[in-house]
Amino acid sequence: MAEAKTADMNITDEVAIHINAMHKWYGEFHVLKDINLTVHRGERIVICGPSGSGKSTMIRCINRLEEHQQGDIFVDGIELTNDLKNIDAIRREVGMVFQHFNLFPHLTVLENCVLAPIWVRKTPRKEAEEAAMHFLERVKIPEQAMKYPGQLSGGQQQRVAIARSLCMNPAIMLFDEPTSALDPEMISEVLDTMIDLAESGMTMLCVTHEMGFARKVANRVIFMDGGQIIEQNEPEEFFNNPQSERTKLFLSQILHH
Amino acid sequence: MSKESIAYVRTELHPTLPPPASAVGPVHWIRMNLFSTWYYGVGTVVSAYLIAWLAWEIFDWAILTAVWHAKDFQDCLERYVGEPVGACWGFVDARFDQFMYGPYDPASYWRPNLTGILLIIGLLPVMFDKIPGRKITGPLMIFVFPWVATALLHGPIEMTTLQSTIGIVITLVLAVGGLFLGFRGRQQYNPGQAMLGFGITYAIAVMYFLAFGFGLDVIGTNKFGGFMLTLVLSAVAIGVSLPLGIVLALGRRANNMPLIQMLCIGFIELIRSVPLITVLFMAQFMLPLFLPEGVDFDNLIRALVGMSLFSSAYMAEVVRGGLQAIPKGQFEAADALGLNYNMSMRLVVLPQALKIVIPNIVSTFIGLFKDTTLVSIIGLLDLLLTMKQSVTSTQWLGMEHTGYIFVGSIYLVCCFGMSRYSIYLEKKLHTGHKR
Repeated sequence: MAEAKTADMNITDEVAIHINAMHKWYGEFHVLKDINLTVHRGERIVICGPSGSGKSTMIRCINRLEEHQQGDIFVDGIELTNDLKNIDAIRREVGMVFQHFNLFPHLTVLENCVLAPIWVRKTPRKEAEEAAMHFLERVKIPEQAMKYPGQLSGGQQQRVAIARSLCMNPAIMLFDEPTSALDPEMISEVLDTMIDLAESGMTMLCVTHEMGFARKVANRVIFMDGGQIIEQNEPEEFFNNPQSERTKLFLSQILHH
Repeated sequence: MSKESIAYVRTELHPTLPPPASAVGPVHWIRMNLFSTWYYGVGTVVSAYLIAWLAWEIFDWAILTAVWHAKDFQDCLERYVGEPVGACWGFVDARFDQFMYGPYDPASYWRPNLTGILLIIGLLPVMFDKIPGRKITGPLMIFVFPWVATALLHGPIEMTTLQSTIGIVITLVLAVGGLFLGFRGRQQYNPGQAMLGFGITYAIAVMYFLAFGFGLDVIGTNKFGGFMLTLVLSAVAIGVSLPLGIVLALGRRANNMPLIQMLCIGFIELIRSVPLITVLFMAQFMLPLFLPEGVDFDNLIRALVGMSLFSSAYMAEVVRGGLQAIPKGQFEAADALGLNYNMSMRLVVLPQALKIVIPNIVSTFIGLFKDTTLVSIIGLLDLLLTMKQSVTSTQWLGMEHTGYIFVGSIYLVCCFGMSRYSIYLEKKLHTGHKR
């Protein structure tokens, strides 16, 4: 746990995300109930829970891919309201990596990476391309820059997706089950990239079932069920000494086979 | 069986071998595809005979027994010539100018010719990657060519606004004001304001240009005819329907703007539920009812409006089909990266959606190109009607065969060309697998 300890030095008192009494409904269905969460800059949080528990919905509320109906969300001090200016400002600061990568198939890897910097941040193309190559090197696939996403393996695509998000220099990264659509052989290459990112001090929220990853890099693990946060703790405590019955059951089901 | 028999370890990897000789090459292809069974063999022979017979008949009709020079129908009919006669190319030759230009002033044929050449020069770089200059000719084709073509084909257009001093002063003030607004918008990074400002100035510049044109004689649109009219109709309808169709399709999907959505749905459904002939008749008789008194469009403009609106409604549905095929994740990824609506549509969604529906778009274009023949119903002399009128003239009675075949082949060449181009485009834009 030596790496985790050193990485903890990155955690500051500064609040990155503050969610207060947030509720969300899909029509009549109450998906998120009374979510309260404060994330400090530099924290690495892993969110787990059974499917349908609202984990993805919760992190998708943070960059307004889903709209919440009650409560407040502040990202980087900006309140998330219906004001498009606030939403755009938050989206510029928050990167997201999806389960199905969602790369743009009609653009090359490099074009995928420079699209948002050029159009949203108005970075000159040359500068954006240099930055993109830097991040592609960091995720270890600079040689694929001129290929199209359809020509890459799943693991490579996901690493491109991570690089694409990093090109916007986000303050916070959201990961929505980044490895669950991957073949077992490719999971580790994506996790390695994420570990590297965590060690650099990035604020991260990851919805994932990779408990090894949670133990290694998370400073906090959150367990959700039925649209609520049931339990949260440091990873050691969370895995070795879960408090809630529901958490114990969940852990026993995913860890023992 | 002992336990050891399950265990197996490959010590050397098997080399990759070429396929056996019997599985490749032309002989194999013929055996597999033409004579794989005895009934395939019979089918191949019969089909080959039919194709050869048909090819010979066409060759005989179009070349061997064809009449190449003729004064009138008597040179082309068996009962006058005394032997079987095929195509009467003499008729096409004699009437070629009519087929191409209709009743257009013969001394001014250079005007449509020049327009056509400009169209080709402008479109080639846009259509083919290998020809440079796309970035120059593309915008020119959109913002300049339509007005140059109007000035060339028709000549100056009378603008009553520009005939009074007040009109001139107002337009000039608006133009200068537009420029000011545009530059200010650009300085303040307000693209909406910049577009509005430059748009006003552009519209007034176009107005002045159309009023003076190139100082050519006016040739009324009632003199437009033949293949040239067909091309004008289809070029305008195609040029208008694609952008308008995209806008309508996006409007129809704009769930957060119910009023715009309803307008788009209403327009699309209304136009699509009415036959094109009805739309053309309506454009001819009803359009004047909606316009202020004194504003009068001629027949051609009415037909252009009718055809453009009609094809836009169809195009909108084609484009909507493409939009629906784009996975939700693409929209989400664009949103998450901070792209706004315009950017995500223009850079992410539309390029993919339009690529998917290229075959349908081109089908719509092809249908549109052939539907231009319907304007003959409201009295416009398109290619087909010109030919029909030619074969009713006393000089060329009974030349229908050659006439229809000739006109048909022109449509065939154009439509087949469009179809091949669509296949080329699909191949060019293919970027590996989906997602």
